[in-house]
Amino acid sequence: MLTAILVATAALVVLGPIGVARGRAAANLVHFGSIAATSVVLGHAVWFLFDGTPTTLTLPFGLPWLAAHFRIDALSAWFLSVISLVGLTAAIYGFGYIRHVDEPGRVLPFFPLFLAAMNLVLIADDAFTFLLSWECMSLASWFLVVANHRQPDNARAALVYLVMAVIGTSCLLLAFGIMAGFEGAYSFADMRAAPVTGRLGGLAVALVVIGAGSKAGLVPLHAWLPLAHPAAPSHISALMSGVMTKVAIYGLVRVMFDLAGDLGWGWGAVLLVLGGASAVLGILYALMQNDLKVLLAYSTVENVGIIVIGLGLALVFKANGLVGLAALAQVAALLHVLNHALFKSLLFFGSGCVLSATGERDMERLGGLIHRMPRTAFLFLVGSAAISALPPFNGFASEWLTFQAILNAPVLPQWVLKFGVPVVGALLALAAALAAACFVRAFGITFLGRPRSDAAAQAAEVEPAMWGAMAVLAACCLVLGVLPTAAIVPLNAVVRDLLGSPFPALSSGVAVHDFLFLAPLEPGRSSYSGLLVLAVVALVTWVVARCAHRLASPQVRRGPPWDCGFPDPQPATQYTASSFAQPIRRVYGTLIFRARERVDMPEPGDSRPARFAVHLIDPAWEAFYAPIERGVAAATARANVLQFLTIRRYLSPVFAALIALLCIVVLAK
Amino acid sequence: MTGAIVAIVLQLAQLGLVLVLAPAATGLVRLVKARLLGRRGPPLVQPYRDLAKLLRKEAVMADNASWVYRVTPYIVFALLWLAAALVPTFTTRLPFSPAADLIALVALLGSARFLQALAGMDVGTSFGGIGSSREMMIATLAEPAVLMVIFTISLFIHSTSIPSIAEFVLGSEVGIRVSFLLALISLTMVAIAETGRIPIDNPATHLELTMVHEAMVLEYSGRHLALIEAAGMLRLLFYLSLIAGIFVPWGLAESGAGPAIAIGVAAYVAKTVGGSILLGVFEVSIAKMRVFRVAEFLGGALLLGLLGAIFLYVSTGT
Amino acid sequence: MIGRIEFDIAHALSASVLLLSFALLYQRRVSGVIEAFALQAVAVAAAAAWQAFTQDAPHLYITALIALLFKAMVIPIALSRIVRKLGMHKTIETVLGVNLALLAGVGLVALSILLVFPATSVAAVLTRENLALALSIVLLGLLMMITRRNAVTQVIGFMSLENGLVLAAVGVKGMPLVVEMSIAFSVLIAFLVFGMFIFRIRERFDTLDLQYLEAFRGDHQSERS
Repeated sequence: MLTAILVATAALVVLGPIGVARGRAAANLVHFGSIAATSVVLGHAVWFLFDGTPTTLTLPFGLPWLAAHFRIDALSAWFLSVISLVGLTAAIYGFGYIRHVDEPGRVLPFFPLFLAAMNLVLIADDAFTFLLSWECMSLASWFLVVANHRQPDNARAALVYLVMAVIGTSCLLLAFGIMAGFEGAYSFADMRAAPVTGRLGGLAVALVVIGAGSKAGLVPLHAWLPLAHPAAPSHISALMSGVMTKVAIYGLVRVMFDLAGDLGWGWGAVLLVLGGASAVLGILYALMQNDLKVLLAYSTVENVGIIVIGLGLALVFKANGLVGLAALAQVAALLHVLNHALFKSLLFFGSGCVLSATGERDMERLGGLIHRMPRTAFLFLVGSAAISALPPFNGFASEWLTFQAILNAPVLPQWVLKFGVPVVGALLALAAALAAACFVRAFGITFLGRPRSDAAAQAAEVEPAMWGAMAVLAACCLVLGVLPTAAIVPLNAVVRDLLGSPFPALSSGVAVHDFLFLAPLEPGRSSYSGLLVLAVVALVTWVVARCAHRLASPQVRRGPPWDCGFPDPQPATQYTASSFAQPIRRVYGTLIFRARERVDMPEPGDSRPARFAVHLIDPAWEAFYAPIERGVAAATARANVLQFLTIRRYLSPVFAALIALLCIVVLAK
Repeated sequence: MTGAIVAIVLQLAQLGLVLVLAPAATGLVRLVKARLLGRRGPPLVQPYRDLAKLLRKEAVMADNASWVYRVTPYIVFALLWLAAALVPTFTTRLPFSPAADLIALVALLGSARFLQALAGMDVGTSFGGIGSSREMMIATLAEPAVLMVIFTISLFIHSTSIPSIAEFVLGSEVGIRVSFLLALISLTMVAIAETGRIPIDNPATHLELTMVHEAMVLEYSGRHLALIEAAGMLRLLFYLSLIAGIFVPWGLAESGAGPAIAIGVAAYVAKTVGGSILLGVFEVSIAKMRVFRVAEFLGGALLLGLLGAIFLYVSTGT
Repeated sequence: MIGRIEFDIAHALSASVLLLSFALLYQRRVSGVIEAFALQAVAVAAAAAWQAFTQDAPHLYITALIALLFKAMVIPIALSRIVRKLGMHKTIETVLGVNLALLAGVGLVALSILLVFPATSVAAVLTRENLALALSIVLLGLLMMITRRNAVTQVIGFMSLENGLVLAAVGVKGMPLVVEMSIAFSVLIAFLVFGMFIFRIRERFDTLDLQYLEAFRGDHQSERS
């Protein structure tokens, strides 16, 4: 299996250079090749989850004394399947979308490379391969972010992304250096066998949380994400938001549950705080955005927060020896990894459809698209319902499991956790409700109402390849919402590997009942059945509709809107994205974003237009990013001097570095 | 086998019962309010007559209304009917109850709200937008409070399935439990907000800038409006039965035997009447608040929920 | 050991005192604050009377009576007279938003439980809880004093803080009456002092919003000039 996955990944690497060639044939080849390769990886990863034993493989690449180690286990197989599934649909989507991209030559080569790099991160089994693949992943995605480099905003986004990627990777580099120790045990097997403990171990974990957390978009390290993800072409945005953040989550899980040994509950509490803050702040930021793709990117921050809450709970339960509950929490987190990958990609694809049909990303200039693009609208609605955690879609299944884990917090012995976890639960509920508001707004303003611009009024439905890819994802969202056990059975292998305990409900085998009802702990305590809910609601809806048409008056008359007797035909009288967000901005935003509204209302008789402006401040940007940005700007200005030196002066810093390293070696001995 | 048949019959009976009782509960609240205000008020059957009248009329839709607008009444009605039918009203032996625990029930109502808010924005009028926007804002405030109530209950009973909560409360000794009292107040505040009663929203007005729910469904007419109105009545009954089922479950039939069922139905009707009268009295005795005071009202509900959980820790002393 | 129902009632009474502390934080009108304070005093009196009954300690009835007479009747009536006389039924200026103050209050309750529980794990269950509740009431009173700008509400904050002290005192078995008496009288004196203070401020500055006073403090002189 591992060999097949490696071969498919190598094929993706080969496909990259082909993309440089111009013409439709090259584009088709890249996309067909990617579809084939991701299908192979997907098939093997899923096969592994049901029936596979961890396999290792060593290839003579890399450093002279360190061959490249690869390994597949249940955890990597789970993430591989998530990534390949989304990669597959992105490749299908790419067939249609690439026609709307200005310079396909800037996108095509990096698309398969990006996929290949993510695969390699997941199967890497030594620090060197891991970091190399991680960096390749960052670089490939960076090239995709700058693909659309003619827009001035994108250049800045690319710069911030590059800086953050470098900072993140250097944190990981240091962390792995610490975990490898002075003996240089860089393979993961060695690290697992002898985890670094004490203060040094804590430092390594902290660095991983910073490095992987910034890639995943955890608050307060998230600010690059909503700049970079929307700047890329939409199917790449889907990959970055839906999948690359998951690779970062993989790094987090790999280190915190596998390589770093037994961590104390304190690290779980750290994850809970970071996750809770990300969930609420991420979705609040999203609610304030008018740009559809930026909104989706911010909502990624929220969902990463939900995943991290689940991981934090798993860590807390594990540290207290409650492995069954830990398994529940981790299943919830990893299920949300899959679910978020599905619906976030679906929504980014949808935003790509809107963008290619209208040329607009600003919701204030959209509206009424449900009439012009019915398929896109329907599929986007499915994605919106799923991401808002509404039954019977998949987002609800994983959030419901997370809530069940939270409700078991009272068994924890630590008082801080007894009080803290319910607060995190309240934050999670708040985030879920805000997400519903956010996506009512996103869907309602973009697709419903009346068109706010000519471009929206003239839009046309997109190619079948594009909505077809979305339909696949939407179907997955519904199936996983109705039968979440289908995903929990393979996940069971993952948690049994990592925690040594199966998902509590599946500890004595899988029965039909488990597919019908999701009852994580004991039957009769708490249960949910998406299938029953969907079946009954569908049946009742059908019966009610039949009865209403039979027994009640079936007539329908079309007329102008009622609107309390004062319908105004101008589309400007509709609620806008900003006005929809106003109550929430007023309740939550004044505190968190120091939101200020300025209304400039002319005197009666004055003919100038009234103006309304909202001013928001991102506290995380102020506190963390602005200093880094200033520092980088100053450092590059300083470093610019280096461009005009003599050879002697070039050599002296190299020499100094060499001597310093030698000194360290001497001192270490 | 007969047990299964009895269970399914009970479930169907409950489906029928909530549907029949829902307009009466709304009518009773209106009647109580009218009497307290010195009016004679509409008779109890008036809501039924209104629904029948609406069903007979043709539905008028805006030119640009989409399919979202058309399917919403049916799905919303189905969701609320299902939710109301899953709460134990007269018996705890409902075969469909395991399909949705307390969290899932709240989420079902969330689905209905999501669709209704979208339908409010479908035609693209200013009233629809204002209603949807405020409805979602109120929901964001209510949901954390509901979760804290659920947490308090589950902390005590270790379950979120409503029949088992009711059975636990029935089986335990009678005592003054401060945290349950707090949870009750908190849940009642949330219920008032979610069902759009005074002081959060005014169910009786159509032409007021502070309205929420009525603005959202302003465009509906005919059978669509009938279903939306019926769904609103079911929502009120859902919260009445939820509060009754969790905090005053006495009288609920724990077996499928005939006498127990009869007592259960009688007790349920009595509880619904009592709850409706209390709600009417409460609505008359309080003034509608400004929209942005809602944040404080529901913030208070969240606080009571949090305090309830804290008190439970204190009194169990573990 | 006391029985279950006694425990429940004592618990409920202390809890209602705490809830009324939150009600004080929630109120925006001066008259509402005074009413909530009177209710809180009644609850304290009831809690003291209940303790007197269960502990069989008649001197606690005196405490209850003092609370009922002074704090539930005399002081609220006097305060509302002052308020009416000075014509200040307006909304209270808050430094912190109501929701934030409430959330901070819940945090303080959690904090006091975290403080008291590990420290007194061997003590009797009821005492321990009473102590935790009393400490939270004291902290909430302090919170009220710092989040309100109005002088009247600051006085009430101080007195609700003292309610917490009384609650702590009556919960502990064998607390001598002297202590409570002294507490009660000190509060009365404090009230008188505050009352004088209020009149003087009003006479001078035509307002009770203490923000205006800050400009007259010595250390602000430089800013003004």
